[in-house]
Amino acid sequence: MAIKNKKLNLKDKYQYLTRDMAWEPTYQKKKDIFPDEDFEGIKITDWSQWEDPFRLTMDAYWKYQAEKEKKLYAIFDAFAQNNGHQNISDARYVNALKLFLTGVSPLEHAAFQGYARVGRQFSGAGARVACQMQAIDELRHSQTQQHAMSHYNKHFNGLHDAAHMHDRVWFLSVPKSFFDDARSAGPFEFLTAISFSFEYVLTNLLFVPFMSGAAYNGDMATVTFGFSAQSDEARHMTLGLEVIKFILEQHEDNVPIVQRWIDKWFWRGFRLLSLVGMMMDYMLPNKVMSWAEAWEVYYEQNGGALFKDLERYGIRPPKYQDIANDAKHHVSHQAWSTFYQYSHATNFHTWMPEKEEMDWLSQKYPDTFDRYYRPRFEHWAKEHAEGRRFYNNTLPQLCQVCQIPTIFTEKDDPTMLSHRQIVHEGERFHFCSDGCCDIFKNEPEKYVQAWLPVHQIYQGNCEGSDVETVVSKYYHINIGEDNFEYIGSPDHKRWLSIKGKSSDAKDAKGESADQDAA
Amino acid sequence: MSQLVFIAFQDNDNARYLVEAIAEDNPEAEVQHQPAMIRIQAEKRLVINRETMEEKLGRDWDVQEMLIDVISIGGNVDEDDDHFILQWT
Ligand SMILES: [Fe+2]
Ligand SMILES: [Fe+2]
Ligand SMILES: [Zn+2]
Repeated sequence: MAIKNKKLNLKDKYQYLTRDMAWEPTYQKKKDIFPDEDFEGIKITDWSQWEDPFRLTMDAYWKYQAEKEKKLYAIFDAFAQNNGHQNISDARYVNALKLFLTGVSPLEHAAFQGYARVGRQFSGAGARVACQMQAIDELRHSQTQQHAMSHYNKHFNGLHDAAHMHDRVWFLSVPKSFFDDARSAGPFEFLTAISFSFEYVLTNLLFVPFMSGAAYNGDMATVTFGFSAQSDEARHMTLGLEVIKFILEQHEDNVPIVQRWIDKWFWRGFRLLSLVGMMMDYMLPNKVMSWAEAWEVYYEQNGGALFKDLERYGIRPPKYQDIANDAKHHVSHQAWSTFYQYSHATNFHTWMPEKEEMDWLSQKYPDTFDRYYRPRFEHWAKEHAEGRRFYNNTLPQLCQVCQIPTIFTEKDDPTMLSHRQIVHEGERFHFCSDGCCDIFKNEPEKYVQAWLPVHQIYQGNCEGSDVETVVSKYYHINIGEDNFEYIGSPDHKRWLSIKGKSSDAKDAKGESADQDAA
Repeated sequence: MSQLVFIAFQDNDNARYLVEAIAEDNPEAEVQHQPAMIRIQAEKRLVINRETMEEKLGRDWDVQEMLIDVISIGGNVDEDDDHFILQWT
């Protein structure tokens, strides 16, 4: 009998290749196979209600991902062959990239591990398949970003030991602790944290305007890996939204649990994005849009539409959203001030904005820049010009939850630092905000264990108690090469020589001495 | 408050057809050109039709091919063999 090879429609094909490939266990109890599914109190009554709006099956997945990879590596190769790093707007820009590659790229790997683990925890086949594809995507992002790093590492300092630094350096504990917190939560909290709050609500702020900015600064390698990663994001976001709607529809008891997770992970994500705010406002020589404008489009407008849609499930916008919206006028300036002062303890360089950049900032931040930040920056620029570049040699008070130094200010008084503290079982804990303090109060037994860099240094766990020893021996930052002020740094000299402005610098880092000798 | 859905594509040859098709099928959509990307937003709903894309390209086109050039989206997704729809309820 001849069987006519009729093409299945998308829905049927998806049904066959996902649900119908799963099975009901007979000789093991479901509870033993998926032991974590109910320990958070989330009630799932019917997994068949899980809908996958992108009905992507593995065969189509490999086909499209292979095509994306081919395009991406063609551009990486062209970039390397043309010495593309010589055509970027200015070498100051590379410092934004150092922050991205050492601060954000390891999160791709953490996301891979997270999805690989939680995907195993769900008894519903739809959720398992979606998590499996996302795990592979995130592994791909981590790998492509490391390939992008290798070219920059040949020509600029600070990128030589990113994996080592991620586990140790003070400011990298901020992104690291974010994912560690999510990965050590239950499976539904992980999905709410990462798929929904981070991927759906906040990653547009990370990948879209910043990557568009990379293009505008001549960095085709970064814009391509960024957009190639973000092209998977359309699926990740769909998973994020599906997760939330599915959990909320399953049982009304799930609503308050999910609301608390949304409050927590919105706040944690918002704090994490302070880094991106300063990358956009201060580290892109050619600026595309201000952090405040990006926040308005991607959080206030798009997030607003999203939370309006979720009202029908009994979900309200995240707690302290008003504080986050107001902070768009301040966070980038406050974060840059902090990194400027602590530039001796980082793997990248900082500088004071040039006059035109200060004017751009005044125009983008008419209510705050001239009033609160310009005077400070002009003072520091003057000090630097007179040979007294300002470095802060104290170790800052960290927030027990987000791990950021308590550098942020009160909503109604930008001259007042925001600081909260509580005593828990006889020990005093400090926080940057009510948002972080609430998170601690809900799960103190988790956050008392936080690995806080400043505390660890004082306890003698970082190979020394003075900054220089910690930075060089424990962090593997090369003192005098990777850190301090940008003006006059080896990267700056190398850039001037690329642009033919000075002859005393070496062409490629560290190699010219050996070559001369040979 | 307005409820905008949006979709962003890489600014490349393939995506230009997508942008044309979307502009044609969603006359009220706003197309914004930004460095290396094109972002399209509309009140409540945006649709990509397979038929319009096939006319533009002069070949068969699978709705899932949009995955190659898309950067990001906002809105609930509804996809089948003939459409890709973004909408808020
Ligand atoms: Fe990713
Ligand atoms: Fe992702
Ligand atoms: Zn905090």
